[in-house]
Amino acid sequence: MTTTSTGELTPLTAISTSGLTKRFRGGQLAVDHVDLAVPDGSVYGFLGPNGSGKTTTIRMLLGLAFPTGGSAALLGVGMPDGATQVLHRVGSLVEGPAFYPFLTGLDNLARYDAADRTADPKTARTRIDTALDRVGLLSAAKKRYRHYSLGMKQRLAIASGLLRPRELIILDEPTNGLDPQGTREVRALIRQIAADGTTVFVSSHLLAEVEQICTHVGVMRSGRLVFQGSLPELRRTGAARVTVQTADPEAAVKVLTALGLADVRTSPASDAALAPADAALAPADAASAPAGAPGSGPAQGFAEASAVLGDAAPERICAELVQAGVGVRGFAVTSPSLEDLFVGLTGEGFDV
Amino acid sequence: MYRFFASELRLVFGRRRNLLLLAVTAVFPLVIGIALRLAAPHPQGGGGGGGGTGAAFFDQLAGNGVFLTFIALSSLLILVLPVVVAVVAGDSVAGEAGYGTLRYLLAVPAGRTRLLAVKFGVIVTFGLCATFIVSAVALVAGAALFPVGPVTLLSGTTVSLPDGLLRLLFVTLYVAAAMAALGAIGLAVSTMTEHAIGAIATVMILVVASEVVDNVPQLAAAGPYLPTHWWLSFDSLLRVPVDTSTLLRGLLSFTAYALLFGSFAWARFTSADVTS
Repeated sequence: MTTTSTGELTPLTAISTSGLTKRFRGGQLAVDHVDLAVPDGSVYGFLGPNGSGKTTTIRMLLGLAFPTGGSAALLGVGMPDGATQVLHRVGSLVEGPAFYPFLTGLDNLARYDAADRTADPKTARTRIDTALDRVGLLSAAKKRYRHYSLGMKQRLAIASGLLRPRELIILDEPTNGLDPQGTREVRALIRQIAADGTTVFVSSHLLAEVEQICTHVGVMRSGRLVFQGSLPELRRTGAARVTVQTADPEAAVKVLTALGLADVRTSPASDAALAPADAALAPADAASAPAGAPGSGPAQGFAEASAVLGDAAPERICAELVQAGVGVRGFAVTSPSLEDLFVGLTGEGFDV
Repeated sequence: MYRFFASELRLVFGRRRNLLLLAVTAVFPLVIGIALRLAAPHPQGGGGGGGGTGAAFFDQLAGNGVFLTFIALSSLLILVLPVVVAVVAGDSVAGEAGYGTLRYLLAVPAGRTRLLAVKFGVIVTFGLCATFIVSAVALVAGAALFPVGPVTLLSGTTVSLPDGLLRLLFVTLYVAAAMAALGAIGLAVSTMTEHAIGAIATVMILVVASEVVDNVPQLAAAGPYLPTHWWLSFDSLLRVPVDTSTLLRGLLSFTAYALLFGSFAWARFTSADVTS
C-alpha cells in the first residue's frame, strides 16, 4: 500500500509544505514561510535550537495546530483537513511521551489503537505485542506506565507509532533526556525503521544524532528554514581552511597569497583555534594552555595566518612556508565540523 | 466508533477515583434511609402535604419505602450527583490535555468530532449509571427499612406498586437527562483548559451559582432559564394526571443546554490548537 497510494499525488515527497506559517495570537511568528520537502524513503533530520519552531511545525504537520498561512501535506494529503484520512499511515512522537500513568504500557497502547477506526480489532493484540517487542518492552508490557524509566517511556511512545505498518514516522526529539545507552537504542531503532522503507522525519537539537542517522537535513533558525538538502550538500557549504601558527604572520600571509589561496587572514593570538583541529603538528595544545606550562615557550608573540584551502595540497603549502623561511610553529587543516556549520546557520546560542 | 467508545468507557469505569465516586453515591441513600428510619420509628405516622417537594416526600416515606428513592434523588441532586458528573465531564478533555494524551489521540487519528462525541457518550453513561445507583440502592434500602405497597402519589391518588415503580423509572431517566445536560456544560468547560481540577471546579461553581440565583425571589424571572431550575421537577411524574407541561419544559431546558454547550464544545475543540 506504500508507494501506490502516495505515488499518484506527489511522487517523491513524504512531507511537503509551502509557505507554512504560524503566528501565535500574541503576534509572535513561530514558523515563518517554511517550505519543507522530505523525500520519500529518506531519514530527514529536522534541526534547530530549542524555540526555533520545530515542534510548532510538527504540530501543524500532524493537524494539532492550525497554520495561519501556507499549506502542508503528508503523503500527498493536505493537512489539517486530511487528518483523519492520512494520519493512520503516519506514526508520531510529539514532544515527549504521554500516557496514562495508572494504566499498563499494554493498556495504554490498546487505548490508542482503539481510537483508530481503521485499525483491525482482531489483530490488535498481535500488533501491540509486535510493537512492544520491537522497542524491547514486551517483558514490561504489564507494568504500569508510572513505573517505567524515562527511556522506557520514550520507547513506549515510539511503539505507539509502530502499532501498524506506517509509511512515515515523525519523531520529535526522540532521544531527549535519554542516557547514552538509551540514545543508542533509539538510534538503532530509527535505522531499523528506515531500513524497512519507512520515511523518517526526526527533529533534534543534537547534531551528532543527525549526523549518524540522517540522509537529509533541514535547519531551522528562529522560525525560518535556513538550509535544506542532503548531508553531503550541507558539508559542501563549509570550506576547509589551512591555519599556520607562526611568529611571523606577515611572511606567512605573503606565502599563502602567493599560492593563490583565497580569504587570507591573520588573527592575533593563538586561541583554541588550532587545538581541536584535525592537526598536522602537535604543539598547539601546549601553546593554547593559558598559564604556560614549564618547558613550552610562551604563546605571546605568535599569531595565526589562515586561508581557504581550496584545491591546494597542504603538504605543498607547508613546504613553501618552510622554504620561505617562515617559522612554522603549528600547521593545521580544518574542515568545519557540522557543529560549526550549524552554528554558522543558526547563530550563536545554539543549544548543543 | 463502538470500539473506541467501549475502550473509553472501560477507562472511566476502571479508574479508582470514579469508582469511589459511585461508591459514595451508593452510600448516601443508605445513610439517609437509616437516619430517617431512626428518626421516625412509627411507620403509621405521616400526613398530607408539607412545604416543598422534599417535605412531601418525607411525609410519604413513613408509609412507603419507595419514597426513599425520591428523597435520595432530590437530596443528592443538590450536590452529590452534580459533583459526580462534573468530575467525569470536567476531566474528559482537560484531563487528556493535562496528561498530553490528547495530542496522541488526535494523531492516531481519533478525529476531533468523533473524540468529542465519544467523550460525551461516556459522560452521559456515567451520569445515567450514578443516577440509577441512587434509585436502586434507595429502593432496596427503602424496602428493607419501611413498608412497601401501593404508592400514594403527591396528588393523593394511590397507584399500584408496579405503576409506582414505572414512575420511579421515568423519574430516574428524567434526572439522568438533567445530568446529561450538565455533562454537556462540563464537556464545554473541559475543552477550554488543560487543568481538569479547574474545569471541575468551574462546573460546580456554575451549579451552585445557579441554585443560589434560583432561590432569590427577586430574580424569579430568570429562574426558568437557569440550568438547575428544572432538576427537581421530576415530582410532576408523581401526580395524576402527570404534569406534562412542567415535565416537557424541563426536558426542553435540558435539550437546549445540551445543544448549546455541545455546539460550543464542538466549535471550540475543532478549531483550537492543541498545545499541551
